[in-house]
Amino acid sequence: MKVKALLAGAVAIAMAASACGGSGGGSDSKSKTFTVANIEPEHLIPGNTNDAYGLSVESALFDTLMTLDPNGKPVPQDAESVTSTDQKVWTIKIKPGLTFHNGEPVTAQSFADAWNATADATNAWGNNYYLSTIDGYADLNPDSGKPTTHTLKGLKVVDPQTLQVTLSAPFSQFPYILSFVGTAPLPKAAFKDLKAYEQQPIGNGPFMMDGAWEHNRQIKTKAFPGYKGPRPAKSAGVIFKTYTSRDAAYTDLRAGNVDIDTQIPAAKVPEAKRLLGKRFLSVPSGTMDFLEFPLYDPAFKNPDLRKAISMAIDRQAIVNAVYNGTFKPTGSLLAPIVPGYRATACGEACTYNRTAAKQLFDKAGGFKGTLHLMFSNADPTYEQWMTDVANQLKQNLGIQNITFDKIQASDYISRLTDHKATGPYRSNWTMDYPSPEDYLTPRCSKPSRSGYDGTACEALIEKANAAKTTQESLQYYQQAEDLILKDMPITPLWNWQDQAGVSSHIDNVHADPYANSLVHLDQVTVK
Amino acid sequence: MWRYVVRRLLQMVPVLIGTTLLIYLAVFALPGDPIRTLGGDKPMPPAVYQSLRHHYHLDEPLIVQYGRYLWGLVHGDFGQTLNGEPVSDVMRADWAVTARLALTAWVFELIVGIALGVWAGRRKGGVVDTLVLSGTTLVIAIPVFVLGGAAQLIFGLKLGWFPTAGTDDGWPYSYLLPGIVLGSTSLAYIARLTRTSLVENFRADYVRTAVAKGLSRRRVLIRHTLRNSLIPVVTFLGIDLGSLMGGAIIIEGIFNLPGIGGQVYNAIQIKDGPTVVGIATLLVLIYLFANLAVDILYGLLDPRIRYE
Repeated sequence: MKVKALLAGAVAIAMAASACGGSGGGSDSKSKTFTVANIEPEHLIPGNTNDAYGLSVESALFDTLMTLDPNGKPVPQDAESVTSTDQKVWTIKIKPGLTFHNGEPVTAQSFADAWNATADATNAWGNNYYLSTIDGYADLNPDSGKPTTHTLKGLKVVDPQTLQVTLSAPFSQFPYILSFVGTAPLPKAAFKDLKAYEQQPIGNGPFMMDGAWEHNRQIKTKAFPGYKGPRPAKSAGVIFKTYTSRDAAYTDLRAGNVDIDTQIPAAKVPEAKRLLGKRFLSVPSGTMDFLEFPLYDPAFKNPDLRKAISMAIDRQAIVNAVYNGTFKPTGSLLAPIVPGYRATACGEACTYNRTAAKQLFDKAGGFKGTLHLMFSNADPTYEQWMTDVANQLKQNLGIQNITFDKIQASDYISRLTDHKATGPYRSNWTMDYPSPEDYLTPRCSKPSRSGYDGTACEALIEKANAAKTTQESLQYYQQAEDLILKDMPITPLWNWQDQAGVSSHIDNVHADPYANSLVHLDQVTVK
Repeated sequence: MWRYVVRRLLQMVPVLIGTTLLIYLAVFALPGDPIRTLGGDKPMPPAVYQSLRHHYHLDEPLIVQYGRYLWGLVHGDFGQTLNGEPVSDVMRADWAVTARLALTAWVFELIVGIALGVWAGRRKGGVVDTLVLSGTTLVIAIPVFVLGGAAQLIFGLKLGWFPTAGTDDGWPYSYLLPGIVLGSTSLAYIARLTRTSLVENFRADYVRTAVAKGLSRRRVLIRHTLRNSLIPVVTFLGIDLGSLMGGAIIIEGIFNLPGIGGQVYNAIQIKDGPTVVGIATLLVLIYLFANLAVDILYGLLDPRIRYE
């Protein structure tokens, strides 16, 4: 709701600015295209793309079966209907008359082809894991050796407009998977030469490629004239300009060389707010930072100790100091934009209270030796906030010896998966789809990074996955969340916010935390 | 002299093999598993993990990997980045950007640096000399990222004389401001080097003789003193060309120029061996050739220097 108010304001200001006329000279001969600041994507094939920058471009080029409405609920996009009676066998009806940019019709087979390629371990595509709920996935991903088959047993093309998907277990959140850009369809043309296809992907979305991918420079798209889907482009095209850093993108926004920048660095936020006024947007994000404990280390066996550490951290003070107050302290494992979120799920254990923390700490027997705090060197702010955490633990709990283990980014993930953390460490989660399942499964599934035994929690998630109604499934997810927070192998710290700025050259900028590009690019109009 | 050049070129072969091996070992010795880093916080199924390791030959012993790399190199194949793109494609685009930037900076520091040095050196202790000395001290004292950010803010954003960022306006316009900033520190060194060298040579006997012969001031300066004074400057310029290319990473970042600096930084972060080795090898080659060019230039500047 806050977002909507902001947006309404942004649009109003933009309209006022245009009514004044004369000033700025926003709309020159640049025709009716607009530009979006982006970072060089790793890939442009949906099944292989799990970086935010690639997904952002793909969300303009591709439509999926479902999409998320402003409340984060899956609603049909290319699908006419997605139904299941037992949450296990899903029948997907595809709208007739939809085509790819090259005129090829979008059929059940287009989806089946894309998903078979994605699930096939020999391709080793980035989104392989998202299809793991489909029956037959294990055959394509054997624990050792090469897969013997290259098609998912659970996919059945009934007719060109009907796809039947059988899952290996009931999974009520399956429609969320269908809204993920990584499950977009691929045309036959893609499979002739995937490498060449990736340089100029042919999708089914409102925008189509205008020339090949210009690496490290830009990705040009134009409105797809044959688009029959529910979200036609209102502009002539969108150009994704590639930046080497977020700072460079922000400078270009200030210079008026780019129309949308959704990645304003936290350090620049006060200045951006002042300079952009209503053209500055703060949008809630699904990304979370956590402090996770190595439960395999005997020193952290006692849940009371973990809780004491959690209660001794003044999250608001850190967010103010390090992130200019842009991030939001949280007491939940879920982001606020996820249905089922409860602000105080964690209760006292995640609320700053130095006296209670110290009492609990003493009751747990204190901490002997040196406390190591671990993080990667991928971003300088990690060290900044870990320093604050260390100071607070010193002051509030009286832990005297605290050292930092700053790990090379290329080594960080390996250390965590190999159970080689030396102490509490930074953990992060970015949202794939707004379901509690997306946030909770990684916390308790095996193999667990923290060494937490999540058997009971997994059972609750399974129950939720099989539940008949959303209400019922949310109830079980919340029970699972309560269980994890009670055991506290991990404590939530804060929820990220995306800071965006737009130029005065465009209108109808509808920001949406559920949109991959943060802004519905199809709705943007150029003045 | 040609025999000398050929011998120097032949010497480059073992140097190159040595450097590729060293860099390859260094990247290999970096901690971490690039495939796991690729997956990040998202789960990566074991089958996908194995498949990727096999694809990038990471499941083979180091020496086999290196042999494979060298064998590819002989055939002009620089290998693949961890995104599956040919390293040669990535490098072609990035090198063009970095080379343009470095050459712009280099030409700027060469012309302006020597000119300032000569101007200051002609009258030691004069107003010009004092101004150049204090000005260059200031430039050397300011870190390059401050200079870059300030120049971008003032000349790009506020005054609009130059593009703020990116390569959209092509060469030279997009490269002028970053080039000037990048070359500014070296410019200061060159100006000081030229000035000092000139001041020293003015005191030399051969200059006194030339003046006594009744040659014009101008001729004494250009034909006799400057030519001799340029030897240390040329040495500096030769080495600096390599440094400019390897050290442009900060400027590339500020001005959003997609050059090798940012590429190699990212590659090291994710332990992308082929990209690091490819870029570093080309950097080594540039250093070697710049050094050769400097050595040949010595002979032209000072006929007493001979090549065996």
